[in-house]
Amino acid sequence: MSARTQRLLEGLFRLYGMVTTWLGIVVLGVFLVDIFLKGVQRLSLDFLSGFPSRFPEKAGILPAEVGTLWIFLLTALFVIPLGIAAAVFLEEFMKKGRLASIIEVNIASLAGVPSVIYGILGLEVFSRWFGWGNTLMAGAATLALLIFPVVVLAAREALRAVPRSVREGAYALGATRWQAVWHQVLPASFGGILTGIILALSRAIGETAPLIIIGALTYISFVPDSPWSKFTVLPIQIFNWTSRPQPEFWITAAAAIIVLLGMTLLLNGAAVMLRYRWKKKLKW
Amino acid sequence: MVAPETPPAKLETRELHVYYGDKHVIKNVSLTIPDRQVTAFIGPSGCGKSTILRMFNRMNDYIDGFRHLGAVCLNGEEIYRRSVQVEMLRRKVGMVFQKPNPFPKSIFDNVAFGLRIQGVNDRKVLQASVEQALHQAALWEEVKDDLDKNALALSGGQQQRLCIARALAVRPEVILMDEPASALDPISTSKIEKLILALKKDLTVVIVTHNMQQAARISDRTAFFFLGELIEYGPTADIFTHPREKLTEDYISGRFG
Ligand SMILES: Nc1ncnc2c1ncn2[C@@H]1O[C@H](COP(=O)(O)OP(=O)(O)O)[C@@H](O)[C@H]1O
Ligand SMILES: [Mg+2]
Repeated sequence: MSARTQRLLEGLFRLYGMVTTWLGIVVLGVFLVDIFLKGVQRLSLDFLSGFPSRFPEKAGILPAEVGTLWIFLLTALFVIPLGIAAAVFLEEFMKKGRLASIIEVNIASLAGVPSVIYGILGLEVFSRWFGWGNTLMAGAATLALLIFPVVVLAAREALRAVPRSVREGAYALGATRWQAVWHQVLPASFGGILTGIILALSRAIGETAPLIIIGALTYISFVPDSPWSKFTVLPIQIFNWTSRPQPEFWITAAAAIIVLLGMTLLLNGAAVMLRYRWKKKLKW
Repeated sequence: MVAPETPPAKLETRELHVYYGDKHVIKNVSLTIPDRQVTAFIGPSGCGKSTILRMFNRMNDYIDGFRHLGAVCLNGEEIYRRSVQVEMLRRKVGMVFQKPNPFPKSIFDNVAFGLRIQGVNDRKVLQASVEQALHQAALWEEVKDDLDKNALALSGGQQQRLCIARALAVRPEVILMDEPASALDPISTSKIEKLILALKKDLTVVIVTHNMQQAARISDRTAFFFLGELIEYGPTADIFTHPREKLTEDYISGRFG
């Protein structure tokens, strides 16, 4: 290949890369602007603190907001101890070998299983077997299962980022494996673990399918007040409104999307900030 | 016959062989390290100095494929026996690594860690031990007002002295040092050398170094290793002035390595 065709190819590839990058950004941008322009007229205190209604102008999202908040907290409560424990076990205590790599591959593929499947699992195990029905507990447990592999992967990566020298330093002072992990490795990787957890949770609060499968409500006129309460969440509320025939409801849906996006962005922002501060603090 | 000027043996290996998988890394090494002296291990890189040093606090236990034959003793007692608790052994045999490895925590927490994991929680006791260890490591004057500062903010030389203080805080009988000054500037290096000389009043020091002048300056005895074998071992003055082996002579005169 001559130098000229080489250069030409390079130029073409650069162009291709630029077009695809910008395409992504532009599509997202158009979508966001469209949603924003449509929905912003509906955003108000009444909207945020009101109940759903047959009349689109009067409809509010309080139950869905509170439901999403509950789901966020309960899912975190389930997934944090389990995910960290699993990651610590796999990374620090398990002998590296065949079994370890089988488990590793399995967890990685679990992260790719469609969320509907988790919904079915949750329906069978939590709703029916445990008898939790369509309560917040069943929903949160299902979502915890859904993001569990992601949390484990992120936590293992954070644990692995702690240099061997830190562990050796602890061992050399007479620390047991457990003491080295608990007092040195976990605190040193906490920022990374937390970042992974927040990102996973921000995915969880955007999920619809698994919650619909376990039977989360689409219309409620009360604010869930305990983990055993029936509930709905913002994505389901949005789905519900967009499937109405009246265009007026689509505007309401757009407003709800803005709220949901705002929540997700806030979480992602927190994750980015944590990661940044953690990186800055720790230089090995 | 034990000569009268030879202090009692603190550490000892007998017919020690070490393998990493198929690799035979230490070959039939027998040596005794006297109490309260500084013993230097020298030799070209890859000859097994770190490996044998790490035998004394069982740090190689974590390496995949590690096996050994022969005996390794502390105070005459085999340390690879089943009944030996590794954590207890490491309280007696401390270690300082080549690259300073302070924990990403405060200076105080670094030095207190070894005691805390033993269950010492009394603030006054910890405070006193931390202060004493920092004095011993010649770091106190530099950090006494910053005990709550993150240890990673210290300079390399200070970090290494902090690691020494951290090891001293648990009051070990032996301290193993693996090229403790190789990553440091000359001033920090000389501080650490002075410190080592002061330490031998209270404990046994084994130091790996590839710096021949350093070995000559600070050690009482020197062991020269080559390709996993102990070639020559004796009083430092003898090794450096009239080595018995040709290989030793070649190495200390800088002809290879
Ligand atoms: N973790 C390990 N796994 C396998 N081989 C190792 C490991 N560490 C060291 N070795 C090998 O053992 C030999 C001795 O290494 P080492 O004790 O580190 O030498 P030195 O400290 O004298 O430079 C070298 O050949 C090295 O490649
Ligand atoms: Mg070495």
